[in-house]
Amino acid sequence: MPDTPPHRTLFTAKSLTKSFGEVRVLSNIDLQVNQGEVLALLGENGAGKSTLVKLIGGYETVSGGLLHLANEAGELRPLNSDTWKHATAEAQGVILIHQELNLAEQLNAVENIFLGNEIRRGPFLDKHRMLELTREYLSILDCDIDPLVPVAQLSVSVKQMIEIAKAYAKNSRLLILDEPTAVLTAKESEALFQLIDRLTEQGVAIVYISHKLDEIERIADRVVVLRDGELVGDYDAKTLTKDDMARLMVGRELTNLFPVATPPNATSEVVLELKKGAVPGLISNASFQLRAGEILGFAGLVGSGRTALMEAIIGLHQFSKSSELLIRGKSVSFSSLAAARDAGIAYLTKDRKGSGLLLGMSLPINFSLFSLHKFSNGLINTKKEQEAFSEAVDTFEIRLKDLSISAGNLSGGNQQKLLLAKVMAAEPSIIIVDEPTRGIDIGTKSQIYHFIANLAEKGHSIIMVSSDMMEVIGLSHRVAVMCRGQLVGILEGEQKQEHEIMRYAAGLESQLTQEGEKASA
Amino acid sequence: MPEIKITRSIDLKTAGPFVALIALFILGAFVNDAFLSSGNLSNILARSSFIGIVAIGATFVITAGGIDLSVGSMAAFISGCMILIMNSLMDKIESLPVLILIAIFASALIGAAAGCINGLLTTKAKIEAFIVTLGTMGIYRSLITYMADGGTLSLNFTVGDVYSEVYYGTLLGVPYPVWVFLCVAIIGYVLLNKTVFGRHCFAIGSNEKVALYSAIHVDRVKTMTYILQGICVSIATIIYVPRLGSASGQTGVLWELEAIAAVIIGGTMLKGGYGRIWGTVVGALILTLIGNILNLTDMISNYLNGAVQGIIVIAAVYLQRGAWRKRAPT
Ligand SMILES: Nc1ncnc2c1ncn2[C@@H]1O[C@H](COP(=O)(O)OP(=O)(O)OP(=O)(O)O)[C@@H](O)[C@H]1O
Ligand SMILES: [Mg+2]
Repeated sequence: MPDTPPHRTLFTAKSLTKSFGEVRVLSNIDLQVNQGEVLALLGENGAGKSTLVKLIGGYETVSGGLLHLANEAGELRPLNSDTWKHATAEAQGVILIHQELNLAEQLNAVENIFLGNEIRRGPFLDKHRMLELTREYLSILDCDIDPLVPVAQLSVSVKQMIEIAKAYAKNSRLLILDEPTAVLTAKESEALFQLIDRLTEQGVAIVYISHKLDEIERIADRVVVLRDGELVGDYDAKTLTKDDMARLMVGRELTNLFPVATPPNATSEVVLELKKGAVPGLISNASFQLRAGEILGFAGLVGSGRTALMEAIIGLHQFSKSSELLIRGKSVSFSSLAAARDAGIAYLTKDRKGSGLLLGMSLPINFSLFSLHKFSNGLINTKKEQEAFSEAVDTFEIRLKDLSISAGNLSGGNQQKLLLAKVMAAEPSIIIVDEPTRGIDIGTKSQIYHFIANLAEKGHSIIMVSSDMMEVIGLSHRVAVMCRGQLVGILEGEQKQEHEIMRYAAGLESQLTQEGEKASA
Repeated sequence: MPEIKITRSIDLKTAGPFVALIALFILGAFVNDAFLSSGNLSNILARSSFIGIVAIGATFVITAGGIDLSVGSMAAFISGCMILIMNSLMDKIESLPVLILIAIFASALIGAAAGCINGLLTTKAKIEAFIVTLGTMGIYRSLITYMADGGTLSLNFTVGDVYSEVYYGTLLGVPYPVWVFLCVAIIGYVLLNKTVFGRHCFAIGSNEKVALYSAIHVDRVKTMTYILQGICVSIATIIYVPRLGSASGQTGVLWELEAIAAVIIGGTMLKGGYGRIWGTVVGALILTLIGNILNLTDMISNYLNGAVQGIIVIAAVYLQRGAWRKRAPT
């Protein structure tokens, strides 16, 4: 029902195709976006979702097909695909928030939000006004930060909120969000959803990409499913359950997302033990044990010190004198990541763009970087490296038509799989994964869960830091909860439940006694 | 299982410097018949050896995301030290070859130590490489001027006669410096492209944080690149000292710029993360060829040598940028 308010068509695409060189990643996409609605784009990793929205947002050029955008009067007008660049798109109110963060790290929130759209008074910047507006936007997003510190010092989730504020600051008619909540906590996501509600009431159209199906259920009006570069369906969101969505995306029935993880034997060896772990300024008190064959989840709010603790264990931060780290009963202190790696401990970073992958480099180079010594006896054995890489492509199901592209051109999910492959190439026995399924589609998620459970079954030990509550509960044998730099409790069995974890994470409950010692093991 | 191909298509970036070299070569042959004489050709090769060897060291530093501006004055300083050592040990050591070997050994030590200082200041003291090496550049330059008392340090003639063989001697008709250049290039190529160390240089140059999280000893590798640079400078001086037999405050002036120019012409990215040893070799040859051709022709004044080199550097970078954007869009 085009042209009848309030759902007038804002944007259409007809037979849209996109190829990179000879590889076609999108074929014959027909899409319609209406004012005031939330259109969810679903699809597996590499299905072409990001590519599609980049075409709409003017970040990639169309290989074939037609785009139409409504003008102020509501009449659809064809877009000249040669001149449809992101600057033109933004001027017309088509705004894309990328899957990956794109902030100027040395600038602060205010400067980032108004980058390219600076408010002036005469020839000078109106800093006061910009600061005022930034405060307003951030308060709408419930984001309580100092807008004047360089964003490099902020956490990824806060950076993402700044990206959102930046998009909000531009007057949008069509706002496209590519996996905005991948790095957000539940609370921050909720603030975003409220913003989305507010925008749709004003008639703004939203295109929303996410692998989190509850969110789709919560906000979407319409669901479009992509599979392998083709549009396989356009549905009314009300008619779909989460299971339907998963089935449509993957193309088959998805049973048991989480494997049944057999808990480790109570007598199995303690492979890692931290006593009174403390890092000045970051961690005040964290003690725990990790057994062979165990998956230990780490839950907590953003900023609770989980990542800092893991980075201290692998030698990136120095523990204070009173702390003791034992690996298989032996007291150790790693001076570098290489030392930790050689002791069998590997860490998968949550910041894959900033500290995970060399985006401009080839896939095999990225794959072997962490364990290069294994492929070298003086000279690098490229044949061995290649073989190991091909094997990893299979094991981790990195779905690609062209393996010669650089890591930066992989879809987000494939990047995550490559990162996992890179870490696993060192064959660690203790694996610390930080947000391992960020940006991963539900089918692959299930694979990764089975993969992790399998590792544990074989006697490896896994620490899994995750903000995805389902994942922490579903996969871990025990869940450690952190709150303000303290490990406040380890929950297992009956206690391993969402509301219980939240109580600990919020600081309402703690297993620590007054002196800061742990009361019960 | 999917086919894995890691082709690096022969694009402008890889082939560019070679094409330019051939073009210059043909131009040279047209300009003057003397160009193709074996004397002139071996002269070109021998002359490009100095800058070439220094530039090979610079390729490592730049690939790993650093820069070394001190190489020219370091060369002068090391030359001065070598001459002083040989002159002062003349009376104490009978055998001249042994004396020369001692000087060579000292030269390598000083070069490595100087590089190590640059490296530690950038990595441990966390001062930008540009600033550190700007500082050491001034220091070495003034030290050599001081050592020569504002004048020139000359190598004792008796030693000089024996030592000059290193520069003027030939093997299979090719001057020794060219052989040294070739060896350094081959070793450099293997080191940069075939070893873990080289791979780590690439990784650090493209993203230091990723390198750190990939269990790479970032500081150690970066310091190593400066040490390599220092050793390359010392090798260059070892074959340079016998050529002139002297060192002064003017020795090695602007070598740093020529070395960086050679590296950039060769296709290495100034911001790090991508380096090519053979490109650097070609870059050094191109720079020497330009001077040589201008010498052999009256069309353009020899005084414009620097201008032509400058144009070539800028053109080379312009061409690379275009090719680069095509390969990895940002
Ligand atoms: N610049 C490029 N060059 C070559 N191939 C590319 C380029 N950009 C994307 N691709 C390929 O296009 C395909 C679709 O990628 P896209 O990023 O759109 O997937 P996606 O649906 O967003 O996946 P994800 O859920 O993992 O984010 C992938 O196979 C990817 O490797
Ligand atoms: Mg994507």
